[in-house]
Amino acid sequence: MSEPAGVLGIRFDKIDKRYGGLYALRRVSLEIAKGECVALVGRNGSGKTTLLRIAARLARPTSGTVTFVGGPAGDDSRVTPVGFVAHATMLYDELSAEENLLLFGRLLGVPEVSLRVAELLRETGLYDRRASMLRTFSRGMRQRVAVVRALLHRPSVLLLDEPATGLDSVSVEWLARTLRQLRDSGCTILMSLHSESEISALATRAVRLDAGAVAGDSATAGSVGAILSWSVAG
Amino acid sequence: MSLVSNATVLLGKELRTEFRSRELLTTTVVFILMVVVLFSFTFDTSSGESRKFAPGLLWLAFLFAASLMLQPCFLREQNNDTLSVLRLSVSDPFAIFLAKLAANTLFLLFTELLMLPVFSIFFNVPVGGVVPQLVLVFFLGSLGISVAGTALSAISAQARMRELMLPILLLPLLTPVLIASAEATAALLDPAHAFRKDWVAFLAIFDVVFLTALWLFGEYLLEE
Repeated sequence: MSEPAGVLGIRFDKIDKRYGGLYALRRVSLEIAKGECVALVGRNGSGKTTLLRIAARLARPTSGTVTFVGGPAGDDSRVTPVGFVAHATMLYDELSAEENLLLFGRLLGVPEVSLRVAELLRETGLYDRRASMLRTFSRGMRQRVAVVRALLHRPSVLLLDEPATGLDSVSVEWLARTLRQLRDSGCTILMSLHSESEISALATRAVRLDAGAVAGDSATAGSVGAILSWSVAG
Repeated sequence: MSLVSNATVLLGKELRTEFRSRELLTTTVVFILMVVVLFSFTFDTSSGESRKFAPGLLWLAFLFAASLMLQPCFLREQNNDTLSVLRLSVSDPFAIFLAKLAANTLFLLFTELLMLPVFSIFFNVPVGGVVPQLVLVFFLGSLGISVAGTALSAISAQARMRELMLPILLLPLLTPVLIASAEATAALLDPAHAFRKDWVAFLAIFDVVFLTALWLFGEYLLEE
């Protein structure tokens, strides 16, 4: 896996997100340093997905700001330097795996996109199925393509929303290996998890959300393991 | 990537997925064919009167068919949350609209041109000699329908009663396009074959105004 260009950190400053009268996030302030691998844990509805979507700039906070820190000065490119893997695959079922990846590679302006797509498909073991329609893929195979899609442009920040959901043990192993390589190459990773697994073992920091607020952070108190196990037990 | 490059790539995707499934084109062609044939049975098409009311009926058929065609435009993007990743991937969100409205205009224009000979036969209205002018009117009318329809499709896709919402919003908004297109078409199909520059200019202005509004405010329509 190649090194991401211009590694960035993320700063959440007093983020509130309200849907009508309901608070999804309440005064969330977090500073994620460049190259950190942060596990975001918490019960269903604690605000993990909302925080990730705000980080990806897919949702606008009601108040507060999100900043990518450490980017090249004067870079006001609208395309966010993030790769995002969500619950949904964010891929077109009626296109093949290769067509999907070429589409997003071209939109992102990936240089030599055909070569890059072929390289990533080989790494994931999907090269032989590259021309197959995505609708014929299993959940695990789709998730692999979704991760590849998020890595196409060598993002400096990777956001993953429960990336191991629905994956078999082989796919989880592949995902853990891929994320480890990215973490070791300096990519900033923020991922939401709801159970301890090979993926959570990669985290260098754990943050627990409860009812939309930060309820625990291994950077200030407690260990990564303690926060992860508390969350699973809770 | 520039706006045009992004829009071109996305237009390629829209055309590829449609020509693979042929969902929209089949639905629209069958719908317009049925309406044209049924209207021809309902009215006396042997008299010269048909030249007066037939263009209005034709454009009504186009408008209802378009509301069917535009419905899945953004709904399709919700299946796997592909709209989110498109927003992350393009340098300007207007590229998403530009590609979709270009695809919708092409599909609608293709259907209209396919139905023109059928209309000519069933309504006993010769169209030879005015085809280039008709193509211009069809293009401007289709563009107007697509620009407004694509924007409203983005809004209605997030609404609760989405199937009902689009026609309710779209049909009143497109009344000026319906009137201008029907009047321009009626003048062309008249034995005098008049080219009504005033109605054609009206259609062009409608298109430019709505395109500009979409360019300025389209981003907000895609937000969660």
